[in-house]
Amino acid sequence: MALEKIQLDLVAPGQEILVAFFRDVSASASELLQKQLFARNPAFEYAFIDATSIISRAHLLSAVFNAVNAAATDSLRTPNVHSEIVISLGPNNNISDAYRRWGIQAGKTSNLIVVKVLPTTSSESDPSSPIPSSPEQVWAHLKEHLQGATATPLTDDELSKTTDWAAKIRKYYKLNGVPALDAIKDEVAKRKEMERMVIMAMALREL
Amino acid sequence: MAVSSPEGQGQFPLPKILTYPSSTPPTLITQGAEGRVYKTTHLDPSRPCILKYRPPKPYRHAILDARLTKERITAEAHVLARCAREGVPVPAVYATDPRAGWMMIEYIDGVPVRQAINEFLGKRPETDQEKVAAEETDNVPLIELLRRIGATVGGLHGTGNVHGDLTTSNMMLRPFSTTIAAEGSKARMVEGDVVLIDFGLATQSSSEEDRAVDLYVLERAFASTHPRAEKLFQHVLDAYEKSFKKAGAALAKLEDVRRRGRKKSMLG
Ligand SMILES: Nc1ncnc2c1ncn2[C@@H]1O[C@H](COP(=O)(O)OP(=O)(O)O)[C@@H](O)[C@H]1O
Ligand SMILES: [Mg+2]
Repeated sequence: MALEKIQLDLVAPGQEILVAFFRDVSASASELLQKQLFARNPAFEYAFIDATSIISRAHLLSAVFNAVNAAATDSLRTPNVHSEIVISLGPNNNISDAYRRWGIQAGKTSNLIVVKVLPTTSSESDPSSPIPSSPEQVWAHLKEHLQGATATPLTDDELSKTTDWAAKIRKYYKLNGVPALDAIKDEVAKRKEMERMVIMAMALREL
Repeated sequence: MAVSSPEGQGQFPLPKILTYPSSTPPTLITQGAEGRVYKTTHLDPSRPCILKYRPPKPYRHAILDARLTKERITAEAHVLARCAREGVPVPAVYATDPRAGWMMIEYIDGVPVRQAINEFLGKRPETDQEKVAAEETDNVPLIELLRRIGATVGGLHGTGNVHGDLTTSNMMLRPFSTTIAAEGSKARMVEGDVVLIDFGLATQSSSEEDRAVDLYVLERAFASTHPRAEKLFQHVLDAYEKSFKKAGAALAKLEDVRRRGRKKSMLG
């Protein structure tokens, strides 16, 4: 099973955070997933994220942490923790912008990150329910709807292969003309600093 | 008022977030008037962080208290973000929860500049040979640190921010990524980049007066924390002068501020 269970520090107990990363997602699959998402089908309650807008695990997981904390403190800005993960990737509270920039794009997203926050306290999972409620069911459900896609380990190395720095990261987080970045010549160091700026922009989203 | 005992950690209830499971247990670093500072981790152990927590003040009206807490955390986080973008060395902000009264910032792996300077000054030359050398060159690494402090403060002022509480306790010394001085040498003690912390009283300002007050506060704090190095403080100001365009005007203003300070202390 290529579904990863993520242990994040300082997250309220009673839930598990599951992530998966798929490459070669077909246009029809991304269309179907976005359609189900917009229809608010409870069986498709996931954070579907376009991986080209993601820098690294720390970038992604910072958003997950912020969203899970918002849920734990009753301060969600969006209907649920999954939509909150998407909005948490942005530097402001514009929901439709966040969906367009970080969310799955029908027919376009071929590198897809899926995050599922699953309560562990829920009563016995009902095998006949259409709503996946265990890691095994989540994985089976994703595999069913992402046939032909390649499950890929969610590592910084893999993520960095498809990050769109110029058209997405730099633009979405307003990193052009930032003195701290322009002062760095080494490309690796510059990207590390951009990751720092991005996480900071997300941390200040609500302020 | 209750004073914390050294093992006083158990005396304070932890902020809720720090009661959740974590790969490393949180440790209390300081307990100040405004709040508490913990060392913990952001996401996982590879990201050590500081959690600054402002607990509710029971003597203040709850709604007012919540608003003030939120405003202060917001203000501090904004200054940090502005400085970071401008390239002033400060900790990054990792996460904030102003309603719960905390913010997580990057952990700077080093010692406060106060400690580095005092350790440097405390270590006396031991052999005769060292004593001779000391007269001439002993203070060079310290002077270099003082110059880095001046340049960093100038960098901050040049971006239109003032700190509000400049002391050598509110600066960390982050070891250079490649060390220069020999392991165990005196010079090594004061080697590193100066990183400014504790922006709780910082404001956006480009006024000469505010800049001069920042320098004056640092000058006074320096004299009382490091009396043996008081005469070297001028090196901070020399480097400051070269660090941004309007530095000269702020230094001229510093003369006024000092005069007012002396008058005030004479009137007692
Ligand atoms: N980002 C940081 N990295 C490492 N240590 C820190 C950091 N921030 C604060 N500290 C430590 O905690 C102490 C108190 O933090 P500070 O922000 O100055 O709060 P206070 O308002 O209590 O003075 C500092 O003197 C320093 O030793
Ligand atoms: Mg302090």
